Amino acid sequence: MKSNPIANLGNTGLYVLTDIGRMTLFLLKAFRGIFRQPFRLKELVRQVNFIGVGSLSVIFFTAASTGLVLGLQGYYSLNKFGAEGMLGSAVSLTLIMELGPVLTALMVAGRAGSAMCAELGIMRISEQIDALDCMAVDPFRYLITPKFIAALISVPLLTVIFDVVGIAGGYVAGVSLMDVSPGSYIEGMRSSVTNHDIRLGIIKSFVFALLVVWICTGRGYFVREIRGAGFGAESVSRVTTQAVVLSSISVLVFDYLLTAVLL
Amino acid sequence: MISAIEFIDVSKTFAKKDGTVQTVLDSVSFFIPAGKTTVIAGGSGSGKSVTLKIVLGLMRANSGRVLVQGNDVTGAKGKELEALRTQFGVLFQGSALFDSLTVFENVALPLRERTKKTEEEIGSQVHASLSQFELDGHEDKYPAQLSGGMKKRVGLARAMQLKPAIMLFDEPTTGLDPVMAQEIYQLFAKTQSEFGFTSVIVSHDIPKIFNLADRVIVLNRGNMDVFSSPEEIQWSEKPHIREFVKMTMGDIYQSHLVEI
Repeated sequence: MKSNPIANLGNTGLYVLTDIGRMTLFLLKAFRGIFRQPFRLKELVRQVNFIGVGSLSVIFFTAASTGLVLGLQGYYSLNKFGAEGMLGSAVSLTLIMELGPVLTALMVAGRAGSAMCAELGIMRISEQIDALDCMAVDPFRYLITPKFIAALISVPLLTVIFDVVGIAGGYVAGVSLMDVSPGSYIEGMRSSVTNHDIRLGIIKSFVFALLVVWICTGRGYFVREIRGAGFGAESVSRVTTQAVVLSSISVLVFDYLLTAVLL
Repeated sequence: MISAIEFIDVSKTFAKKDGTVQTVLDSVSFFIPAGKTTVIAGGSGSGKSVTLKIVLGLMRANSGRVLVQGNDVTGAKGKELEALRTQFGVLFQGSALFDSLTVFENVALPLRERTKKTEEEIGSQVHASLSQFELDGHEDKYPAQLSGGMKKRVGLARAMQLKPAIMLFDEPTTGLDPVMAQEIYQLFAKTQSEFGFTSVIVSHDIPKIFNLADRVIVLNRGNMDVFSSPEEIQWSEKPHIREFVKMTMGDIYQSHLVEI
């Protein structure tokens, strides 16, 4: 019976449907927690500190390197058409609309998302979440919702920091190392970046933040329900890997979808 | 006898991956008397944990009714479920202490979340119960810094904070050495005589756990046998109970039976 391909397909279909349902309910409960008292300011600050402040150095480093490479690469390409003056515009648009939101989300998924998933997974397998349930303390309000709010606050801010540092990196590469004039870099940026472009970048960062925190906390919370995860410490490590991979892929997929719809 | 928990024809089945159905509880009926200690025993996979989870509303029965303190709680949701759970204190197998919180914060958590007490009141209540459970001076430690026995005591202190009417103990001595297990049992007996709660102990630790028991329930392949005293279990004629006694209590009890 186990090797029957149709039964397997049916089982997998059922599993996927159940999983989607489970994750959707999880998302709704996490949002419901926002409107319930008491508001956990202390926990929120702790989470913003973890997701936001804790990611600053990695965001700074990634942004600087991306900006520098974009500056050099852009200069090389534009120089072929004698259009180095467009460097500011090219770097800033690429960062604000694409690379800023996407790379920030990927970095947050790798750094904070994995940690959130593992934390919740361990709390689940060591019965800490059951203990909360038994004390009639809502685990969503206590554990999940603060992480959601913190991600929705932190990731857009990190994205803005990424954009600024990246643009500065492009400036260093193009103006200080190559021979682009400072005026044309700044002016190119000023004339080509519109409010619409910035809005698109910010909308993306909100959506990505939601995807990352949703998938990472959800996978950890449901560690026992994930098919093929196994048990104990191994299940937490597998589910954490799965959470980071899934959230990264969905960030990339939604990046395309949002660009296609909103551009 | 007033019942604290009552199961009426409760069944629980699980669908296995290969499509077959596993029956964990098969139309089980029993009641747990208030103010007494009931031990639920049985081999692994006999449905002990499932029974506890159904009592707490962490899992739903497929059919039958569950009464807690006389109220029907079958299918309780939301506020009703919250109200049900506040009647229970649970000591988990692995203590389930929150490992990012200190001993003090762990014990204070139910008070902070479920009551409107001020921090001062919470502080004095927590300190009082920490010293009652001989945990003075360990307030600022994290669970990872505690021994197994101390974790159990912290877990017990935390579960007692809201003065539950019913205490559930899930395998309370797993992972403890015999001396420590004995200490934990003495602590149970002491706290129960002090607070008068109903106590339900799920345990493998037979026959020692029987010293505490007023009643024993033996779960076996979805069915249940109830004994009004630990002695009665040794006199049972049922083959699976004889087998269980032999397996868990060993030859001493067997020879004792034969001699008499």
